[in-house]
Amino acid sequence: MKPTIQFRDVTYSVTRNPSGTSGASSTFDIVSAVSLEIHAGETLVLLGRSGSGKTTLLKLVNRLLTPQKGAVIVQDRATSEWDPIALRRGIGYVIQEGGLFPHFTVAQNISLVPTLENWDSTRTSKRVRELLELVGLEPAQFADRRPNQLSGGQRQRVGVARALAADPPILLMDEPFGALDPVTRAEMQREFADISRRLGKTIVFVTHDLREARRLATRIVLLESGRIVASSTPEEFLRIDHPEVRAFAATLDSTPADQLPHSQLQQPTEPGARA
Amino acid sequence: MSRWQFFVTHRSDIFQATLTHLTLVSISMLIAIAIAVPLGMFVVQRPALRSIALGIASVLQTIPSLALFGFLIPIPFIGGIGTRTAIVALVLYALLPILRNTYVGLTSIDSAVLQAAEAMGMTDNQILWRVRLPLALSIILAGIRTSTIITIGVATIAAAIGAGGLGTFIFRGVAMVNDAVILAGAIPAALLAIVADGLLALLERRLKVT
Repeated sequence: MKPTIQFRDVTYSVTRNPSGTSGASSTFDIVSAVSLEIHAGETLVLLGRSGSGKTTLLKLVNRLLTPQKGAVIVQDRATSEWDPIALRRGIGYVIQEGGLFPHFTVAQNISLVPTLENWDSTRTSKRVRELLELVGLEPAQFADRRPNQLSGGQRQRVGVARALAADPPILLMDEPFGALDPVTRAEMQREFADISRRLGKTIVFVTHDLREARRLATRIVLLESGRIVASSTPEEFLRIDHPEVRAFAATLDSTPADQLPHSQLQQPTEPGARA
Repeated sequence: MSRWQFFVTHRSDIFQATLTHLTLVSISMLIAIAIAVPLGMFVVQRPALRSIALGIASVLQTIPSLALFGFLIPIPFIGGIGTRTAIVALVLYALLPILRNTYVGLTSIDSAVLQAAEAMGMTDNQILWRVRLPLALSIILAGIRTSTIITIGVATIAAAIGAGGLGTFIFRGVAMVNDAVILAGAIPAALLAIVADGLLALLERRLKVT
């Protein structure tokens, strides 16, 4: 089967002019020579530190950015050949804090893409109700609220509902739960894992939190300085012998033991996680 | 109480002058808004034009108002003595605050919101009309409010080139060295400014999106 999204030797660089004057400008690769295939129904988590290029990789998929070298193929076509508007309408996008439109109600926010696609109002309002129920918000209570009348978690739920509105096959999520308190975050992760299993979307999820990656991913791809340094199932991930993997594994130290599956706690080959 | 006596005996003249004043200000403001808001929307995506437009508007604002009225008189078509020249001068004065606030309002929008709009497949035009403009409205209105207050004040000078309005009493009072006559122009002008400010502030608060 052909991959839904494919990175072919993709390099994205920016030109920097450190002195601010003419001359001495240099190019800097944010993403360098990345090749990656993402298949339908996968939840691929891009894991990495700040500045590792994971958000850039995400933006290359819906052509918020275009690569200088290589190609990003989405549904059999390079993003550079897609009409960017058509491409983006078929890809849901969720960002931290939701990025909701403050002047729109919850219902208007969710129905944005259907409105742009000229759905009739009966179909749109039915869809809004469906989605609010899907993300666990009572439609009668929430449809007419504005984003500033919602809690952080509720805003994030609306953000997810909005991204799913036109039923896009692909969902991009850029640290969507990053700004939430730990309790709400865990709750959202649990619910989202459930939703994503039910909907069967192809999901690319960016995070710097290994625990979150392990909860949601069918595959984890670890980035370091714009390159892929590890790629594996969440179960195998901690067994990979790479310094950056060990650095991330070390962040699990503070995890209460009962949150880690026993198989991993008993792994003798992960000194980084136990040290 | 001869001072108030003048108000009573000339109340219909004062009322008439207030109406003329209000007309001058309203027409000038409508024209200034019709120029500055679209201009602001136009220059948002064109940085080169932006500095030119804001630069010209800033320079216009630095010309002393009496001098500006004087400069305009000899210019054909827009110049001469009377209402038309006064309106041109008032429009030129009113442009900057509206233009600047339109620009600031349209560009100071949360980048996450703009990124979401772009990522959801909105075109540049849709983003401008459905996202930037509604979110900038209260800031644009603040600019209109500032301009209105300035215009109500500057419009008193329009009487110097024969456009009438409350300035008529002020100039006459200065010439006659008569406080009562000056106040007959100054007090209604101040009241107009206070009322306009209050009404626009109210509107601005209603349009504000948090």
